[in-house]
Amino acid sequence: MPSAVERPFGLLAELTYRCPLHCSYCSNPLDLAAYADELTTAEWRRVLTEARELGVLQLHLSGGEPLLRRDVAEIVQCAGELGLYTNLITSGLGLTPHRAEELLAAGLDHVQISLQADEAALSDRIAGVRSFEHKLAAARLVKQLGWPLTLNVVLHRHNVDRLAGILDLAEQLEADRIELAHTQYYGWALHNRGGLLPSRAQLERAQEVVRAAHARLQGRVDVVYVLPDYFSRYPKPCMGGWGRRQLTVVPDGGVLPCPTAHTLPLPRASVREHSLAWIWERSPLFQRFRGTDWMPEPCRSCDRREVDFGGCRCQAFQLTGDAARTDPVCHLSPDHGLVAEAVAAADEGARSGEVVLTPRRHPAAGRSR
Amino acid sequence: MRSTAPVQTADGTDRPRLARHVRMGFDPARGQHVLLTPEAVTVLNRTGAAVLELCDGQRTVTEIVAELRGRYASVDDDEVRVFLDRLAARRCLETGDAEAGRGRARRA
Repeated sequence: MPSAVERPFGLLAELTYRCPLHCSYCSNPLDLAAYADELTTAEWRRVLTEARELGVLQLHLSGGEPLLRRDVAEIVQCAGELGLYTNLITSGLGLTPHRAEELLAAGLDHVQISLQADEAALSDRIAGVRSFEHKLAAARLVKQLGWPLTLNVVLHRHNVDRLAGILDLAEQLEADRIELAHTQYYGWALHNRGGLLPSRAQLERAQEVVRAAHARLQGRVDVVYVLPDYFSRYPKPCMGGWGRRQLTVVPDGGVLPCPTAHTLPLPRASVREHSLAWIWERSPLFQRFRGTDWMPEPCRSCDRREVDFGGCRCQAFQLTGDAARTDPVCHLSPDHGLVAEAVAAADEGARSGEVVLTPRRHPAAGRSR
Repeated sequence: MRSTAPVQTADGTDRPRLARHVRMGFDPARGQHVLLTPEAVTVLNRTGAAVLELCDGQRTVTEIVAELRGRYASVDDDEVRVFLDRLAARRCLETGDAEAGRGRARRA
């Protein structure tokens, strides 16, 4: 391994972009049909074997809805045999007792289920499909089978005021952990940003609710609250640094330093053409923003350059057209005005009423295996 | 409601073991032991791995410290307790007496 390159810890396997839900904040690509030629089970086995050799220890199975792949249990079993810790990130739809038993037998370590809200009408409206009751049933099933349960809730203007109810629900479901993450503005979410960004007043109320819940649920439910980066002074250390800790393999075998890096004008890398080791260690895509040499000012001379790594390359590109600029979320960025304007518009939008959201469309039917 | 109490190291009588969703393993790629949890990988040093290998739900905290003293010349009681407390706070440890054997079998 070249000396400047560290070993990755985690692999996010986006098994398919097919999904029964239509969330308007989905971070999947807008051109979902381009990913229909999904990797086969045998190809995933090779990817996982190579990932393990490279140093990967955790496998996050996601999508789309990973349970739409019939071979998830096979993939889990293969990962377990390689010594990987397996984490299924699901909408809960399709987690029937039969499939849950199959995954348990295959050795699945942990399940994360997404919730959109604390009650059916709103949850189903956000998801674009009747799903709330299925999600609750899936969450109960996870606990019955003895798995630890994490609930994932993506927050935005339309559900952030329901946070107290969402936390009550997590408690009722005996969740071990709840991740409350504000929407990140990529893919469909960026497209719908005007209708999703919460107002500052909403955020302040949410922070109060979270503070109270931390105290009340301590030792029972682990409450993880991720602040929205648009409202932070410094950017998030995206993926813990480009090509440093994590990698993503998308449904057609493309490999990315982060799940949204397909938006960047960079050369592609695919497990159908190269080994995972070559892609991680030597591909131009993974080398492009590794380390600190690529950084412009104000990052280059900033003492936080190895704390937040200049923030998110995708966000820099989406907002400024140049992926090599400082993430505009940073208050030190010369482009910070772009974020400040969006935040101000959100305050305005939240006052003036509804913005029409575009629900995520279904991709053309992928090859089902 | 949690079925297992959080580990208390203060009086030394608790019998800690790894929580069900936590796995320890040796990573040949790095040549080090690692602790695997849903959202994190913790790379362990040799001593950390030795402590956790003794967390079998049978030995008490006091016995774990004693065992380590037998193996290593300089074992700091407090350091072992702080290490266990930190993992207990992250809910990586459970007490061994609670519903032993319930739930699924852990992979070796």
